[in-house]
Amino acid sequence: MTGENAVRLRPPRNAVDERAVAWWRSRLLATTAVPAVVLGLLGALIGPARFWLLVSAGAVAALGLTCTAFFPAWWFRVHRWEVTEDAVYVRTGALWQEWRIAPMSRIQTVDTSRGPLEQGFRLATVTVTTASSKGAIRIEGLDHELAAELAERLTVITQATPGDAT
Amino acid sequence: MSETADEATGTAPGPATGTAPRAATDGNRDSDWLRLDPRTVLVRVVLFGGVLVGAALPVIFALAGRRPLWQAALWVAAGVTLALLADIAAETVRLRRTRYRIGTERAELHTGLVVVQRRSLARERIRSVDLTANPLQRVLGLVKVRIGTGEHTGGSESTLELDLVTRAEGERLRHELLTRSAATPEAPDHDPSLATLDPRWIRYAPVSFLAPALGGAAAGAVMQVSEWFGAQGEVIDWIGDRFQDVSIPWMILVLVLLATVAGAVGALGLWVEMWWNYRLERESGGTLRVSRGLFTARSVSIEERRLRGIELVEPLGVRAFGAARVDAVATGLVKDDEDKHTDLKTLLPAAERAVADRVAAQVLREPEPPTGAPLAAHPRAARTRRVRWALGSVLVPVAVLVLLGLLLTPVLLYVAAGCAAVLCPVAVLFALDAYRALGHGVSGAYLVTRSGTVRRATVALQRSGVIGWTVKQSYFQRRAGVLTLTATTAAGAGAYDILDAGQSQGLTFAAGAVPDLLTPFLEPVPTTEARSTEG
Repeated sequence: MTGENAVRLRPPRNAVDERAVAWWRSRLLATTAVPAVVLGLLGALIGPARFWLLVSAGAVAALGLTCTAFFPAWWFRVHRWEVTEDAVYVRTGALWQEWRIAPMSRIQTVDTSRGPLEQGFRLATVTVTTASSKGAIRIEGLDHELAAELAERLTVITQATPGDAT
Repeated sequence: MSETADEATGTAPGPATGTAPRAATDGNRDSDWLRLDPRTVLVRVVLFGGVLVGAALPVIFALAGRRPLWQAALWVAAGVTLALLADIAAETVRLRRTRYRIGTERAELHTGLVVVQRRSLARERIRSVDLTANPLQRVLGLVKVRIGTGEHTGGSESTLELDLVTRAEGERLRHELLTRSAATPEAPDHDPSLATLDPRWIRYAPVSFLAPALGGAAAGAVMQVSEWFGAQGEVIDWIGDRFQDVSIPWMILVLVLLATVAGAVGALGLWVEMWWNYRLERESGGTLRVSRGLFTARSVSIEERRLRGIELVEPLGVRAFGAARVDAVATGLVKDDEDKHTDLKTLLPAAERAVADRVAAQVLREPEPPTGAPLAAHPRAARTRRVRWALGSVLVPVAVLVLLGLLLTPVLLYVAAGCAAVLCPVAVLFALDAYRALGHGVSGAYLVTRSGTVRRATVALQRSGVIGWTVKQSYFQRRAGVLTLTATTAAGAGAYDILDAGQSQGLTFAAGAVPDLLTPFLEPVPTTEARSTEG
């Protein structure tokens, strides 16, 4: 890493929408709340195992709340995306970070999807697939109008770029 | 069946179709509708009859308990005859309704017993024509033909299956469908055969992972069958009696040995069935063809246009004997649904490394095998990581044993010490071997990456076949200054990894191997690097 010509991947240009943090938080809260509430209810109903059920409900809740407080902010710093004339470039992850690059000439489909929670935050996810079964790129947490615009732009560029996508 | 008369004249409209073949008036044109071989019915009847008779015998004996034997036999014979007749009728209807046509644009198949299915594939999308024949079909000179586009979508939708046609017709279809008019003409004096079976390769069969698996399966089968007959206890007792005079560990050793021998014999048998008459050849239309099989003959064709590289696979046992297998990395090669054991992508069974290298080079039309190119080693951090994992995977169970030993009985402490003493060196050896396996490089038009110890694989992937990069870095990798590069491709497994390459080394390599893809996203590392905030 100390060589003369050492290189690294630069961060992509664009951050995701700020509302994504709130979306991720609510998603984490929802996934925490379901098992915690179930365990809590079981604890309230089942006398003999009450202590352990409530303890595990508490543990799940504590873990979920810690993650909710900690990860979305980290994700927001890491998750970035960029679309150039030639390629789509995305960085995701936190503990395990991932950079994905797909050239325009190899893109096969561009989809936008909006889950119920995402709709509430007016966000959308753009998924770009290539001919590889493992090469799909997801850009999460984009403003839904921006996402639609981006998908359209990508489709136009992809069609204009020669190549058989394999 | 009512349209028999129409069809005899060759001007038949399809049953209940609006897309009647109008061009089929002059008898012998290529675009004529063709039919399956009538002996298909015979094959079917023999197979079904065999199954029926096999099922009938126990039924006769079961019925004979309550009525005279001849009466029971008569009843069952009547039933079998009825079933056979029904089957013949159904098969005849299917035969009559099945027709196929290889037009200039599309290959079409109409089939179906009750509902007529029409399928057609654009000829330019046809990527494979595979022929298989089981022993009965071979005696009659028939083959089953599968015409595929090799697309992942919709399973059977992209495959036409002709069940069955004559061998000559199968060969003709294969030739016609896979020969492109624009294909580069071959030198006629060129020997098309790239490799033929060397019977000595059989020595690599018992050392494959198949042998212990088959041995275990054999032992399991003995137990299972004896359980069906309620005799499992007797079998165990019988085995116990055989070993009355010897100690338990000795008995276990002998039994494991027996299972291993059984597995080895099974592996040899399977190898013979799979690879007998093996032949890899290059055909004039730009296709590679693997034909093989003792009882069931198979022929697999891979268009060279879809070949994105090759993979040299050395499983541990095979590698110990200096051998390797060659697999194709091609787009749209799906695994055979019917027999999971045979991978269609294997171009060469385990053979001497030199042979494997030569075949790899010839398949790729390269003077030198890309898989033999010298590869760049990975940083020492990769070795440290592997040693750490190996020791961790040994020491965690050992620690559990120690904990239990402290809590329960001191015997476990000795067991833990023994395990640690034996397994630690083994784990470290594996880790060092895994590190030695790591390597990446560029050889001509190919990107080469190697990894693995239990299954060492060297992949040579066309650089133009790389359709994207994924770079992954865990928290620990970041601290160790290494990263994992994944080249995504449309072929083979979809993605091939370069594990734990040096950060800058790997990125520079990836940028060089596939020009213009990664370069715009690289930046020089500032000499006095401030720790990045997002790290």
